[in-house]
Amino acid sequence: MTAVTLHAITVLGHDRPGIIAETTDRLAGLGLNLEDSTMTLLRGHFAMTLVCEGAAGDAEIEAALAPLTTDGTLTVTVREVPVEQVPAADGTSWILSVHGGDRPGIVSAVVGVLAAVGGNITDLTTRLAGDLYLLVAEVDLPADADAAAVEHDLAAVAADLGVGVTLRAAETDEL
Amino acid sequence: MSVNPRVRDWAVTDLAVTGAVRAVVRAPAPVLSTAGAAVDPTSPEVVQLAADLVATMRVSPGCVGLAAPQVGVAAQVFCVDVSQHPKTREHHGTFVLCNAAVVASTRNEKAREGCMSVPDLTGDVKRPSRIVVRGQLPGTGEEVELEAEAFEARALQHEIDHCDGLLFLDRAAGAHAVYARKTYL
Repeated sequence: MTAVTLHAITVLGHDRPGIIAETTDRLAGLGLNLEDSTMTLLRGHFAMTLVCEGAAGDAEIEAALAPLTTDGTLTVTVREVPVEQVPAADGTSWILSVHGGDRPGIVSAVVGVLAAVGGNITDLTTRLAGDLYLLVAEVDLPADADAAAVEHDLAAVAADLGVGVTLRAAETDEL
Repeated sequence: MSVNPRVRDWAVTDLAVTGAVRAVVRAPAPVLSTAGAAVDPTSPEVVQLAADLVATMRVSPGCVGLAAPQVGVAAQVFCVDVSQHPKTREHHGTFVLCNAAVVASTRNEKAREGCMSVPDLTGDVKRPSRIVVRGQLPGTGEEVELEAEAFEARALQHEIDHCDGLLFLDRAAGAHAVYARKTYL
């Protein structure tokens, strides 16, 4: 029996209708099962990352997806990855929002505050719209982190950058 | 907002049957995506189902509502009790409604929802925060109309959605508005 493996695949480049349809059709043709995926447009560029499971090897997947890249507008990467064990979180979940005038270093300064206390970003979006820069992130803080102190440090960094920052608890209504 | 005293004063003991705890089904169980049938709220089966829903809700940690499809029955019956929840404002305590529908709503608010039947995901859902719901009480079949706000309004809509075969996933606020759950009750 062939071992089932996980493969991380990225597709990046010029957007057009049908990229996802073509990509997933080729993966289905290899018997691969799409597990988690995310896709968005980054300044108009198509950007998709997905993890799929199946018996096909990296080289076989690359060959199957090669037609996507022949006109030079898309780049595809394929890499086998191990199964990750996601540890149960015993910390707290937060949503970080930052927005203000665009300037270099906003993201690194803000997320540096989180990294310093062992905070882990589990989802991140940044957008530049005209002069407005926006960052929204899902953040896990360790159980022993002092959220009020993190907020204080974020406010100090934000003041230096001239941007606004908010850190809100990501509460879930259990229904 | 005014609380409907008829609903507030309703108690599961009015049903005069003992509720049994039923197993809660999880997506992708097809029953969760099936519109529930209208029921006769006076029938013995529905009275028993109503009591069972309350019993099952009460033994489930953090549970503020449970709909018939969540115990595997495609029927328009659900129970709610948000009285112990910190986000609750005015409320009607424990009650069960049959064949319920939202008949008026205002003030959309977005919040992240979790559901016993979708244990590994949460999602942002926009819902009206002030609603009027019309339905029937199990046992007597009496038609009631109640106003609900805030957390009770959200819980009612979540349960009515279940009775219509809809999960919060069907109302996700966007492609990036569904999250892997990080903490479990």
